[in-house]
Amino acid sequence: MSGKPHKKRVLAVASSGGHWTQLLRIIPVFEGYEVAYVTVLPVYRSSVPKNRFYVVKDATRWNKLHMIACALQLAWIVLKERPSVVISTGAAPGYFAVILGRMFGARTIWVDSIANADHISMAGARVGRHADLWLTQWPHLARPDGPHYGGAVL
Amino acid sequence: MIFVTVGSQEAFDRMIRAVDEWAAQRGRRDVFAQIAAGAYKPEHIEFTDFMEPAEFKRRVAEASVVVAHAGMGTILTALEFGKPIVVLPRREHLHETRSDHQYATSKRFGSQGRVIVAESELELHAKLDAADSLAASERISSEASPELMATIRAFLNGDPQPVKNSVSKPPSSMRRSSQKGLPEEA
Repeated sequence: MSGKPHKKRVLAVASSGGHWTQLLRIIPVFEGYEVAYVTVLPVYRSSVPKNRFYVVKDATRWNKLHMIACALQLAWIVLKERPSVVISTGAAPGYFAVILGRMFGARTIWVDSIANADHISMAGARVGRHADLWLTQWPHLARPDGPHYGGAVL
Repeated sequence: MIFVTVGSQEAFDRMIRAVDEWAAQRGRRDVFAQIAAGAYKPEHIEFTDFMEPAEFKRRVAEASVVVAHAGMGTILTALEFGKPIVVLPRREHLHETRSDHQYATSKRFGSQGRVIVAESELELHAKLDAADSLAASERISSEASPELMATIRAFLNGDPQPVKNSVSKPPSSMRRSSQKGLPEEA
């Protein structure tokens, strides 16, 4: 920090509800980093008042137009932020953030939601192998090639 | 006050109807529900469609008991305030969700004693009858576990693979049948 022109940049991405709540619980680990947040609801602004904050279109795999909008918005954000690390707790916006982040040289972490207790999420299963660190929050879901278990949000 | 919430995404009429009926039968007036624009409008309890995160937190903080779908946002917020939480999981076969992840999560959190699970409306009534005797529990920390924080911190500091001991044996009780839900890898 002192003497360095820039702090390392982190892009932290989560959709609404439990995904966002879980992301909030890991925020203290970003101390010393410059963090920008991406989510899908403008009201979440108040949770991270001091950081750069972006709202993108939420998407499900049933709505291709929303998917495309979400991917384009994230491409723009990744180009603008040029993060060195991308981290996501899910779901669709995090999927695109990890893929795009990796394309532009970021190291990426996928933390699969603790809500996926019996099997890894659909997005997690698809994006996990593209993430540098692919985590599940349930020890019984860990596999030698990932996802790995490295703790949980509670 | 009993605070009932279906979360910010979708209505959950089955739960709201069950709570409304319970409040009518028991003559309870101390129930407030957030129903996410459900088609079923409660007649015996006060309700709103949506609320801002700050109001949601205030409602949880002021509640004696939280009654909710088994969404992680709600469960984590209730635990952060040390509130007992009764959950009715949304079910896939009733088209309340696209997978039974709420059912799976509630089973595991239920067996850990973190939440009280009602598997049906009838069971929800029984849990609500017992709700007044539920004691507040210790508030959980507002941070993720030290282990997860350490894992992520190590990665941020440049450790390429901070999870050293990644192979974990599943407990014998693990339901292997759950594997059928795993999407095929490309």
